[in-house]
Amino acid sequence: MTSVARTERPGAVWAAPALLFFGLFGLAPVVIVACLSLTSWNGLGTPEWVGLDNWRALPEDPHVGPGLLTTLALTVLTWATQTPLALMFGAWAAGPQRVRAVAGAVFFLPLLLSTAAIALVWQALLDPNFGVSAQIGPYIGLVDGNVLGDRSLALYAIVFVLLWQFLPFHMLLYQAAARQIPASLYEAAEIDGAGPAQRFRSITVPQLRHTIIASSVLILVGSMTYFETILLLTGGGPGTATRILPLHMYLQGFSAFRMGYASAIAVLLVLIGTGLSLLVVRVSGYARMTSEREGA
Amino acid sequence: MRRRTPWPRVIGSASLALVLGLTTACGTSGPGTEGGVEVWALEDAAVNPIVQSGIDTYNESAETPAELVTYVNDAYKQRLQVALGSPNAPDVFFNWGGGNLAQYVEEGQVVDLTDTLEANPGFRDAFLPSVLDVARVEGRYYGVPMLGVLPVVLFYNKEVFDEAGLEPPATYDELLDAVDVFKEEGVTPITLPGAQGWTELMWLEYLLDRVGGADKFQAIVDGEEGAWSDPAVIEALRMCQDLADRGAFGTNFASITYDNASASSLLASGKSAMFLMGTWDFSTQMDNNPDFVESGDLGFVPFPEVEGGEGEPGAVVGNPSNYFSVNADSADTDAAIDFLTGTVASDSYVEGLIEAGQVPAVEGIEDRLSETDHADFTTFTYNLVADAPSFTQSWDQALTPATSEELLTNLQLLFLGDLGPEEFARAMEGKR
Repeated sequence: MTSVARTERPGAVWAAPALLFFGLFGLAPVVIVACLSLTSWNGLGTPEWVGLDNWRALPEDPHVGPGLLTTLALTVLTWATQTPLALMFGAWAAGPQRVRAVAGAVFFLPLLLSTAAIALVWQALLDPNFGVSAQIGPYIGLVDGNVLGDRSLALYAIVFVLLWQFLPFHMLLYQAAARQIPASLYEAAEIDGAGPAQRFRSITVPQLRHTIIASSVLILVGSMTYFETILLLTGGGPGTATRILPLHMYLQGFSAFRMGYASAIAVLLVLIGTGLSLLVVRVSGYARMTSEREGA
Repeated sequence: MRRRTPWPRVIGSASLALVLGLTTACGTSGPGTEGGVEVWALEDAAVNPIVQSGIDTYNESAETPAELVTYVNDAYKQRLQVALGSPNAPDVFFNWGGGNLAQYVEEGQVVDLTDTLEANPGFRDAFLPSVLDVARVEGRYYGVPMLGVLPVVLFYNKEVFDEAGLEPPATYDELLDAVDVFKEEGVTPITLPGAQGWTELMWLEYLLDRVGGADKFQAIVDGEEGAWSDPAVIEALRMCQDLADRGAFGTNFASITYDNASASSLLASGKSAMFLMGTWDFSTQMDNNPDFVESGDLGFVPFPEVEGGEGEPGAVVGNPSNYFSVNADSADTDAAIDFLTGTVASDSYVEGLIEAGQVPAVEGIEDRLSETDHADFTTFTYNLVADAPSFTQSWDQALTPATSEELLTNLQLLFLGDLGPEEFARAMEGKR
C-alpha cells in the first residue's frame, strides 16, 4: 500500500499557501466589496448601512445603461480588431526567416511601455492643434483634427490605441503556438499543390484553434479592465461618449467618493466578467479540449 | 502580461484601496508623528521651500518640532480622505476650503479656529476677508489661507486684438462682437480646453455671478429648493450653450486638454484670441511660452460686465486660496495652532510667497508687490481680489465631490449641445 500512498495527490495542506493567497487577495476583497455595496460611505468615518439602496439606484443611473452598451461596443471592437491581426502577424512572425524574428522583436516594444505612458503619448499625438491629427487630419476629411472630442471617433481612437498596445502580446501567443505546428503538415500540403493562402486557411488556423479561444477569452474579459487608458485619453468624454462601466465605477468611487455605490457597480462588473468567461468556455468547448498535436 | 488575471483586476483597483483604507483605520497609536507636528501639503517646488523655512523658524523655539510631508496633486485628496481618522493622519493639513473642508468638518475632524482668531485679532485681520471667509463653515472658521489668491481672469493676445483693431471686451456684448470678428478672420475667438469640464465651469460661474449675483450660487450650496432651476441659472446655462453654438470656442474644443499646456500655447501662438483661466496660467505661460510673456503680448482683464445683470461687476470667482487646517484627532493641537498663527501671516512667509510669484491673501502688500517681476500682473490680481465685493469659490471645490462629478459631466454635455439648460437644471435639482 505504500506505493499507492506515495502516488496519492498531496493533501489540502499543500494547497494552503496558494489558497490563502487567493483568499486574501482574490476572495476577501470581493466579499468586502459586496458588503460595502450595501453601505453608504465617502471614505471618511464608518460606512453606514443602507440595505439595497445602492442596488436600487443602479437602474436609475443614466450612465449605467449607456455605459454597458459602450463597454459591449468596446469589447466587440477590440476582439474584432485584435484577433485577426494578431493571428496573421503571429503566423507570419513564426516563420524561420531572420528578418521575421527581428521584426517580431521590434513589434514587441509597446508591451514594454506602461499604460499611462502609452495613453499620454497618444493624447499628445491626437492633439487637434499641435498633434499628428492636426497635420494629417485635413487630408483624411478631419479639417479640425477633432478626434478625441468627436462622439463616435473617440471610441475608435481608443480601440486603435488598445490595438497598438495589446496586439504584440496576442501576436506572441500565436507566434509561439504556430511554431508548434509540425512542418510535415505544410510539406504534405505543398506536395498536394496548396498555395500559401490555402495552407494558412486549412492548416494554420485550425491548428491554432485552442490559442484563438484562449486569446479571445483574454481579450473579452480583459476589456472589462481597460479603464485607465480611457481615463487618461478622454476621461470618458466627450460628454459620456466613452464612459464604459469600469470607468464609471472609478469616477463614482474616487472622484465622487461614493464608495458604496461604486462597490455595487464593481460587483455588477464581477458578475458580468465571470458570466462572460463562463460563456466563452462553454460555447467553445474549452474545458473538453485535449491536445491535437502529432504523437501526443 | 497584464491580462493574465482578467476580472480580479476590475475589483483590484477599488477593493484593494478599500481594504487598505479599512486596515489602516484599525491601528492603535494616535495620529501624527511621535511628539511632533506633521504638516501635509501638495508637492510644489516653488512653495514647499517657503513652508519648510516657516517650519524651520518655528522649530528654533518650539518644544514640539514640526515636519513637512508633501504629496503630488492628484493623489493628495484620496490620500487625505483615507488617512483622516486613522493613526497615519497629519496634524496640520492642506485643503481647498469650502465644500472640500466642510465635509471634513461634518465628520468632526477639524479643529474650530474661531476662538484662536478672536484671541489674535492682529492675525485675523492680516487676511483679506473675502478669502478668509471661504474657510468658514456655518459661521465658524476652520482654516487659514496659506497660499496666494488664484482668481479666474480673461487672458487675451494683444497682438491678435491689435491686428483686428479691437479693444479687450469690457462688456458681454463687446465679447460677442469680438467673437464674430475673430471668426471672420479665421482665428479661434476663445480657447476652451473642453476635454476637462472644469474649464467650462469657469464660464458658467462668471456668467451666473454677473447675471444673478453671488447669492444664486450660495442658494445652490445651501441646498435651497429650486436653486438649480432659478431663471438666472437657466439664463447663464443658455448663454454658455449660445457661445458654443456661435463657434466662440471653435469646432474642436472637446479634444483640447489643459494639462499638457496646449490650450495656453494656442493663445500664445495667436491661433486664438482669448482664454478664460485661473491666474496660475501666467506661470504656465512663463514656463512654456516665455517669449510671449516677455514681449508684453499677454493681456489680462476682469471678466466682462453683463448689461442688465444683477451681479456686481467687480465680483470674482476662482480659487480664493489654499488653507491649512488642524486635525481634531491630533495629539498636540495647541502646538499645531501655535505653528499656524506664528507662520502663515509672518513677514518672512509672506515675503517668500511674493518672491515665488504668488499673490498672498494678506492686507496691505501693494508696495511689496509693485517691486516684483511682472508687477503689473501681480498688482492687477491683488487689486482685483482686494476690491472684489465677493469671491465665489470654484463650484467643483465648493460642492460635494459627488455633485461636482455630476456637474462637470452634465456641463460637458451642455457645451456639446447634448443637454439643454432646462434638462441640466432638472438633472442637478436637489444636489449640493
